[in-house]
Amino acid sequence: MSKFKDTTLKSKLIRRVHRRIVLAGLLKASTVALLGWNIRKLQIEDSEDYKLLADANRVNLRLIPPSRGLIFDRLGTPIALNEQNYKIVFIREQASDPRKVLKKLASIIELDQKRQEKILQDMKKRSSFIPITVAENLTWKDFAHISVNLPSLPGIIPEVGLTRHYQEYESYAHIVGYVGPISDKDLESEKPVDPVLQIPKFQIGKVGVEKKLEAHLRGRAGVSKVEVNASGRVMRELNRTQGKSGENIHLTIATNLQKFASERLKGMSASSVLIDIRSGDILSLVSTPSYNPNKFVLGISQSDWNALLNDERKPLLNKATSGAYPPGSTFKMVVAAAALELGLIGLNDKIFCAGFYELGSRNFHCWLKGGHGKLTLQEAIQKSCDVYFYELARKVGVKRIGDMARRLGLGQAYNLPLTGLSKGFVPTKKWKKERFGTSWLVGDTLNVGIGQGFSLATPLQLAVMTARLASGKEVTPNIIKNSNKNPDNPKALLIKENTLVAIRKGMFDVLNEKEGTAFNFRTTDQNFLIAGKTGTSQVRRITREEREEGVIKNEDLPWKMRDHALFTCFAPFKNPKYALSVVVEHGGSGSKVAAPIARDIMLFQLYGGIPPVTAYPEKQQVEARNRLMDIEKKISSKTNKNTNI
Amino acid sequence: MNPFIKIIYINWPLQILILATALFGFLMLYSVSGGSWEPWTKPQINRFFISFILIFVMSAISISFWQKLSPFCYILGLALLIAVYFYGDTGMGAKRWLDLRIIKLQPSEAFKISMVMALAYYYHKLPVSKVSHPFYVLVPLLLIIIPALIVFRQPDLGTALVIIMIGIFVMFIAGVHFGYFLFGGFSFFTLLFILFQSRGTDWQLLKDYHFRRIDTFLDPSADPLGAGYHITQSKIALGSGGLFGRGYMQGSQSQLNFLPEKHTDFIFTTLAEEFGFFGTIGLLIIYSLIVAFCIFSALATTDKYSRLLITGLCMTFFTYFSINIAMVMGLLPVVGIPLPLVSYGGSSMIVIMLSFGLIQSAHVHKNVGF
Repeated sequence: MSKFKDTTLKSKLIRRVHRRIVLAGLLKASTVALLGWNIRKLQIEDSEDYKLLADANRVNLRLIPPSRGLIFDRLGTPIALNEQNYKIVFIREQASDPRKVLKKLASIIELDQKRQEKILQDMKKRSSFIPITVAENLTWKDFAHISVNLPSLPGIIPEVGLTRHYQEYESYAHIVGYVGPISDKDLESEKPVDPVLQIPKFQIGKVGVEKKLEAHLRGRAGVSKVEVNASGRVMRELNRTQGKSGENIHLTIATNLQKFASERLKGMSASSVLIDIRSGDILSLVSTPSYNPNKFVLGISQSDWNALLNDERKPLLNKATSGAYPPGSTFKMVVAAAALELGLIGLNDKIFCAGFYELGSRNFHCWLKGGHGKLTLQEAIQKSCDVYFYELARKVGVKRIGDMARRLGLGQAYNLPLTGLSKGFVPTKKWKKERFGTSWLVGDTLNVGIGQGFSLATPLQLAVMTARLASGKEVTPNIIKNSNKNPDNPKALLIKENTLVAIRKGMFDVLNEKEGTAFNFRTTDQNFLIAGKTGTSQVRRITREEREEGVIKNEDLPWKMRDHALFTCFAPFKNPKYALSVVVEHGGSGSKVAAPIARDIMLFQLYGGIPPVTAYPEKQQVEARNRLMDIEKKISSKTNKNTNI
Repeated sequence: MNPFIKIIYINWPLQILILATALFGFLMLYSVSGGSWEPWTKPQINRFFISFILIFVMSAISISFWQKLSPFCYILGLALLIAVYFYGDTGMGAKRWLDLRIIKLQPSEAFKISMVMALAYYYHKLPVSKVSHPFYVLVPLLLIIIPALIVFRQPDLGTALVIIMIGIFVMFIAGVHFGYFLFGGFSFFTLLFILFQSRGTDWQLLKDYHFRRIDTFLDPSADPLGAGYHITQSKIALGSGGLFGRGYMQGSQSQLNFLPEKHTDFIFTTLAEEFGFFGTIGLLIIYSLIVAFCIFSALATTDKYSRLLITGLCMTFFTYFSINIAMVMGLLPVVGIPLPLVSYGGSSMIVIMLSFGLIQSAHVHKNVGF
């Protein structure tokens, strides 16, 4: 009985065990199902999120800065280059004793104790695999020395980076400008932001062509995708997207001319622009004093910056394009052209100059105290008679003078990749009313007639104006080679040939007739005769008392008070090829100061080099030889110096 | 019966599934060592095939022999646990390893088998009428709790809990009255509550790092670079595998050391990353099949010892992989439990293979009795 009971108990228990095994199996199955469900959620549902996280974990993008486009002159001479910047970096984890390595390094290159301590401190702050820059801008010699000694310098790695370098920097600084490390302000104005700009101290164009053609010059950064491990160390490169080097830029500038002009203007606060009349190419555009753009590339020191900023001759300013001056007598061609075009005066009509022009109670004076007597238009230009042009300006009126000025290229900025392009200024009656609230007076018109008063022009504009007068075509300047689509066929100005011929002849007489204002600065080479116009623009008002007592000579005035000296010309007279303007700030008289400079520069261009002294009048030949030889010497010595850098 | 003929009766599907799992392991170890046989793949292969042969040998030996050996195994296991407590090597802040010259043994792993054997033996010998008697419930409970406490003091909370879980499970299968389990469950959660209440007090029952691990478990993202780092990285590896994986040896998380213990406890993540959903589910299916074949085998046996032995050992195996997988997915706190047959490691490999040896022996002798 008990045995039977035991057996039933046993079979009951066996059934219970079986039941429980199956139950446990089901529990296990549901656990597995739960696990499977979770895996599915992770690997299928949320997979994309985790993939992103995984990539963020492991993939670092490293930018490979593009090499900046080079800038060449019209003949292919490099102006802005990328120089190899030899530097060495130190990776701590590769050296057992960094202090010892640095000490050893100091025996090879100059590395003072203070710098060594600084490097060691920098290392402590960063992960051991981060390269620390030890020295930059090493000479090739030092760099080679270090490279040879690498086996005994564990952790030291020589690297070559690219840094902008400017050749012929003084004469090109205002055109090419410079690059500099990107600032936060630069970043703000960039939209959309190019990723390459995130590179610390990435160099971007700050001024001039470098700035204006930044988009072309910069190129596109390459991207190197590197895999990093959990501690951030680069394990391998996954792939590399090649960047694109920046485009090279070819300027229209001729370096030899540019250097000659720079040297000729040296020591003055001056500028000159020489344009090829046929194509509009700017062959030379100089502003002095200049500066060394290389100083900006790695960031300029505060003291250097202050020195440049506080110089009263404004070295940073490109006077050729942003200096707007009263055009003075060079403006007389505009008035003459307007009057002739309107038929307000005949070529043989004469106007009497008594030395002053009476307007109500006020006298407007001619620069020649005694007056010029009776003059034709051609003579008036030749002798730069003020009274003649007072009269003429009054006849034409300010509006029509302004129209002609604009037609000849004044009062407008040209589409050039330069910074600080001034539009100059052509005044109107409306402008004066708005600006000063007073009506336009006849006196204002008279002042405009001789290029004084409100009108302003840049040296570039004067050169363009001269080019237009010399060609009768709408010459537009360009500074990038081949940027002018139709260089041989600028639009005609639609000014009567007679008008132009008369003005040109007047300009010819300025240099080539005895009483011309720049007769002293004529050339004797019959093939290369120059026609031009002097200008002297007052920067101060000459009072009645002073005029009565005798006008103070420029030399006796403080520099800032002296007149600007202007000269604009074209050559050769019979077949005009080049137009040139020279402005010497506070230089004094245009005929005495600007004209000789213009002659030298123009002759240099006409002869394609230092002109022979035979091109100068006999009496001036000795002086010319000395001057030219001196410049030649300076140019060639500078070239040598530059190639050594 | 001729021992060689016995091999015919071995549970072949189970044996093939074990081999398949191990192959997964070799593949993954080869990958995490960056495509090299050293330092993990080769020793793992050696160990596996030696113990694989051991299964055949063990299956040829009569189950009654193993049954008789059970009490001694338990005593030996307990002795080793005590030995490791006093003489063990310290690794990662815990004394878990016993250097036996030939092999570095983790007695807490081996103890799981001997405990199952002892409990099966106990219930085999216990008259049916006494199964649910309070005293005879207390005895096995002590057999479970005492070693668990020793393991807990190593300290190894994870293994201690697993030992308790397996022990209780065997008791459950043995047919102990359901009321005890209800009561046990209730007291367990009460204890858990008290445990958390003890945090920060003088009588704190768990080490700080245990609490921190629990915090991490509850919110791994709170400290992604500190305590929760492992889980976060592990989940990234799992998730980024997607459906097909990143390709063999292409898993960036595992290849780039973002994962901790990538060759041992976290090897599942490498598998998941490189083979994707198909890989993980594939392994999970193989594991489930192993468990299923064990259960069928247990149901087919005629004697109680075999039945309890198989279910207990099968449960051990199940806890290994389910806890490991749940752990790397962030469903459970990080406890040092390897992925069976895949993770690198001598102790767990031998323990698991021994248990399969016993399961096979029981299977082979299911009709023979003893």
